[in-house]
Amino acid sequence: MSLLELENVTLKFGGVTAVNNLSMSVEEGEVFALVGPNGAGKSTVFNMISRFYRPFRGSIRFDGKDLLKQKPNQVSSQGIARTFQNIELFERATVLQNLLVGRHRHRKTMLLEEMLFIGRARAQERENRLAVEEVIDFLDLQAYRDQHIAGLPYGVRKVVELARALATKPRLLLLDEPASGLSVEETQDMRWWIEDIRRQMGITVLMVEHDMGLVGKVCDRVLALADGAELAQGTPAQVQAHPAVIEAYLGTSAISKTANAQGERV
Amino acid sequence: MEFLQLLLSGLANGCVYGLVALGFVLIYKATEAVNFAQGDFMMLGAFVMVGLVNPQFLGLNFWLAVPLALLVMGVFGYLLDLAVLRFMFGQSQIAVVILTISLGFVIRFVAGLIWGHEPLNLHSPLAFGDLRLGDVVISFADISVIVVTVLMTLFLWQFFQRTKLGLAMQAASQNQMAAYYMGIPVKRVQGAVWALAGVVACVAGILYASKGTLDISAGFIGIKAFAAAVIGGFGSLPGALMGGLIVGVIEPFASRYLPAGYSQIAPYALLIIVLVFRPNGLFSQVRIKKV
Repeated sequence: MSLLELENVTLKFGGVTAVNNLSMSVEEGEVFALVGPNGAGKSTVFNMISRFYRPFRGSIRFDGKDLLKQKPNQVSSQGIARTFQNIELFERATVLQNLLVGRHRHRKTMLLEEMLFIGRARAQERENRLAVEEVIDFLDLQAYRDQHIAGLPYGVRKVVELARALATKPRLLLLDEPASGLSVEETQDMRWWIEDIRRQMGITVLMVEHDMGLVGKVCDRVLALADGAELAQGTPAQVQAHPAVIEAYLGTSAISKTANAQGERV
Repeated sequence: MEFLQLLLSGLANGCVYGLVALGFVLIYKATEAVNFAQGDFMMLGAFVMVGLVNPQFLGLNFWLAVPLALLVMGVFGYLLDLAVLRFMFGQSQIAVVILTISLGFVIRFVAGLIWGHEPLNLHSPLAFGDLRLGDVVISFADISVIVVTVLMTLFLWQFFQRTKLGLAMQAASQNQMAAYYMGIPVKRVQGAVWALAGVVACVAGILYASKGTLDISAGFIGIKAFAAAVIGGFGSLPGALMGGLIVGVIEPFASRYLPAGYSQIAPYALLIIVLVFRPNGLFSQVRIKKV
């Protein structure tokens, strides 16, 4: 059984079909990428998995369970974490505080214990801090621990968002354009981290990425989308060599024009 | 001695302003809208207490009535969010603001229907007796106002620092989308914020009613509390309390040392000065970004 399965998923915005009868499955332990021109529906797929949008038709199952029955705030407790294309952090909090919010789903104590900060609440706080410190060490964020997000450079914020997603201890990590806006060195770091996330932490990764260099290096399988439908699927090399993919990227401008008109939401 | 006397009475008034200002900031942080009915929440909380305690109404024991009144106002805040404000989700801020102004009118009208338009006194065990320290006289009511406000502040501090719900409230106020995907049920948390605003307003109301007479126009101190919240820096909880204390302390000093009539405008004059020189408020958390 696959970890994540989408079956005949369709979503329309008004008259525009953003995702058209898409089926895909992500296996446990693999790194899977969605690629395609702007407006192909990649982010829309992400937003359906994280329950921001509800598909018109089709089913989404995670670990065999119907994900569409969950509310957006329940997605994280299923073991799914995500990052956003336009970084969504708690701007007026420090890096450490952001990561500790990532532990929200693991807090089990009662209000009164927490107010008095006794027994279990103390132990839990220690446990959460420990889990967060592990992530900080893993992503080399020690230097930024107590800094406010508002003053951090873009590249660091991107890493903080990844760290916060990891702090939730997910089974599936959704990365929405992890390398966009990063320098060559930062992209290189991101590549090592994604590999380590899979290898050391055993987390399955599904990502949307335009940087085909990065995709080719870290991904096991790639699915190319255009106009909300599957163009090709396979290893990075196979997909890059696929005639339909080459046409969608380089060929007929008509395709990319209609795609851009749909716009990518969130 | 006179100085100390003025300071103490100012602080006691300021605590009430501060608690109402705290309500403004709570709602503002969670929903990015200003609840102009916050003063009327306080008035309603006070009347709920009067309704429970005073002999012509239910005549319950004061200490039994306190948790009941807090509960009633908490439920009131939550239901208000559930029944009315949640439907404003995604509407412009100005629409929410106008809605809360009209809510204030409705609350005043309904309170008048239930408890009448005559001024009432809360039968409070806090409301009589003075403490004399040399020349300085301070009423037990004023002392209890200050003590309760300090306790309330500690409670809220602990609540926002330590509890899952308090942290969820802060997270949801800073970034709703991110909060959702950290597993926080944002709408329910916002309901809890309204409930908390109701509870804080009720505490302010009980204190207010312990200090003097109560009528349905009591909610208009919300305007001074609003000034206090702006002075302190909208969005900062300690700032709101400090703003309340500043406004409270300015009033008696202005009426003592300035020509007659100036004490009424003193808080607003300060408001204007603060807005000119520190537009984000005295205790604002907003810092100028490093470039």
